[in-house]
Amino acid sequence: MNIQKRILRNGLLFISPWIIGFLCFTAYPMVSSLYYSLTEYNLISEPNFIGFDNYKQLLFEDDLFLTVLGNTMYMIIVGLTITTVVTIMIAILLNTKNIKGMSFFRIVFFIPTLVPFVVLAILWIWVLQPDSGVVNSILGFFGIDGPGWFSSPKWAKPGLILMTIWMSGNMILIYLAALGDIPKSLYEAASIDGANVLRKVFHITLPGLRPAILFNSITGMIGVFQSFAEAFIITDGGPDNSTLFYSLYLYRNAFQYFNMGYASAQAWILLIIALIMTMTFFKLSKRWGFED
Amino acid sequence: MKMTLPAEEPKHQRHIIPRQKQAKIHQSMNKNMGRFFIYLILILFSLAFILPFLWLISGSLKSSSELFANPPIWIPEVLNWSNFKEAFSAFPFWLYLKNTLIIVVFSCIGAVLSNSLIAYGFSKIDWKYRDAVFIVVLATLMMPFQVIMIPLFLQFKEIGWIGTYYPLIVPHFFGNAFFIFLLRQFFKGIPKELSEAAKMDGANEFTVFWKVILPLSKPILATVVIFQFIEAYRDFLGPLIFLSDNKLYTLSLGVQQIMSQNDPRWGLLMAVGVAMTLPIIIIFFFLQRYFIEGITFTGTKG
Repeated sequence: MNIQKRILRNGLLFISPWIIGFLCFTAYPMVSSLYYSLTEYNLISEPNFIGFDNYKQLLFEDDLFLTVLGNTMYMIIVGLTITTVVTIMIAILLNTKNIKGMSFFRIVFFIPTLVPFVVLAILWIWVLQPDSGVVNSILGFFGIDGPGWFSSPKWAKPGLILMTIWMSGNMILIYLAALGDIPKSLYEAASIDGANVLRKVFHITLPGLRPAILFNSITGMIGVFQSFAEAFIITDGGPDNSTLFYSLYLYRNAFQYFNMGYASAQAWILLIIALIMTMTFFKLSKRWGFED
Repeated sequence: MKMTLPAEEPKHQRHIIPRQKQAKIHQSMNKNMGRFFIYLILILFSLAFILPFLWLISGSLKSSSELFANPPIWIPEVLNWSNFKEAFSAFPFWLYLKNTLIIVVFSCIGAVLSNSLIAYGFSKIDWKYRDAVFIVVLATLMMPFQVIMIPLFLQFKEIGWIGTYYPLIVPHFFGNAFFIFLLRQFFKGIPKELSEAAKMDGANEFTVFWKVILPLSKPILATVVIFQFIEAYRDFLGPLIFLSDNKLYTLSLGVQQIMSQNDPRWGLLMAVGVAMTLPIIIIFFFLQRYFIEGITFTGTKG
C-alpha cells in the first residue's frame, strides 16, 4: 500500500464514527423524510404516495401555516435584531478599559443559558404574570400599566423576546471575544483624527464584529426555528395562535395529529427556508462589510 | 509626592491652572462621568438578569396565597420550606434524577470518545478530500433538528428503540458537528513537532492520538463534557418524543407533567425549579473557565 493510500485509510478510520452517524442519523433520515413528505402516513396504515399534495396544501390551503410562518419570522426579524443590539451593547460596555468586576458580570449574563427549559418556563410564567409578576410591578412603579404578556395575543411574542434576550449570554461572550480581537491601534488612529465615540462604533467596532454578528445571526436563526419547549410549555401556541411557531406546529402535526407525511413536508420547507436565510445572511454580511 | 508638585511651580502661576491642565481635568471628569454611566447601565442589566432567579427562589418559599399577592411580596413572612419537602414526594424526583443522569453520563462518554477521534482525523491527518468532507460537517451544523426529527422517530420505532434511552444516547457515539469543530480547532493549535517526534519513535496514528494529543487536550475535553452535560440535562424535546414510559421519564418531563395538570401547585414547582437549577449553577461556578473558553473559541475562530 503506498503512503497516500495509507494516509487516506487512516483519516477515514478516524472519522468513521462520523461517517456512520452522518449516514444513519442525518443523510438517511433526510432522504426518507423527503419520501414521507410525498405521502400520506398516519403510522397505522402503510404510507400512501400522493405526490406534492402536502406541499400544495401547506403553501396554498393551510391558513394556520401562514400564521406559523409569520410568527416565526417575527421572532427572527424583530426578536433577533433586538437581541443583537442589546448583546452588542452589553459587550461594548463590558469591553471598556479596566472594568472592575468583569468576571462577576460575565457570570451574571451567562448563567441564564444553563437553566433547563422547564425551569425557564416556570420562571418566566411568574416573572411575566400580569397581576403579581415582577416586570409588571416594576412597570407599575413607574406608573405604566403593564400588558398581559403571555395571556395577550399582542404581547405574548414580545414576552418571549424578553426571555430570549435573557438567555443570550452566549452571544455576549462571543461579541466580547471578537471585540478583544479588534486592534487597539485603529481606535487610537481614529482618536487622533478626532472621531467621536459613535463614529468609532460605526466605523471600527461594528465592521470588526462582522464575522461574530454573522455567526450569531445564523445560530440565532436556527435557534428560533428549533425553539420548541418555551412555546409548548408556557403558552401551548396560544393565545389565539400568536405563539404557534414552526417547530411547535410541526410537532403537533407529527405527534398529536399523526400526519407524518404532512409534517415531513413542513420539515423540508423548513430546511429550504433555513438554507435561503443562511445564504442571505452571508450576502448581507458581505455587502455591509467595510474592508476585504 | 504628587501633592507637593504644585508648590514647586513659580508663585505667580499657582492660582491659575494652565490651559492644558484645565482641558485634562475636564477630560478626566468626562471620563469619570462616562465610567459612572457604564457601571450604572451594566449594574441595571445585571439586576435585570438576576431578578428572575431571585423571584424563583422567593416563590419557592412562599405559601400559595403569597404567590398571588398583588403587589408582589419579595420576602415571604414565613419561609415555607415545606414546598421543597413536598416537591420531592409529589413526584418521583429521585427516580427522574437518576434517569436524567443515566442519559447525561452515557451521552457525555459518547461525545468525548467519538468527537475526539473524529476531530483528530480532521486536523492531524492530512488525507485527500479532508477539507471538502469537513464542509459537510459544518453544513450539518446549520440544519434544524426538526428536519430529521420525524424520520428519526420512525427509524427508532422500526427497531424498537422508542421508550428506551437508546435514541437519546447512541447518536452521541457518532459525532456532533459542534464538538468536532471545537476539538479540531484545538488540535490544530498543538505543534506538529510533537506528533512528528512520536512518529519518528515508531508510534502509529492511534498511539499519537492517545498518548500525545489527548493528554494535552484535557481542558477542551472538559469543555465538551460540560456542554454535553448541560445540553442533555436541560433537553426537553428529545425525551418528549422518544420516551413513552413514565418510569423512564427525565426530570424535565416529570416537571412538565405536573405543570400540565389543572391548577398546578406553583410553590412546589418553583421549589423543583430551584432544586433542578442550583446544581448546574454550582458546577458552573467551579468550571466557568471551560464554559467561557469553549464558547469564545467557536465564535471567534470560526
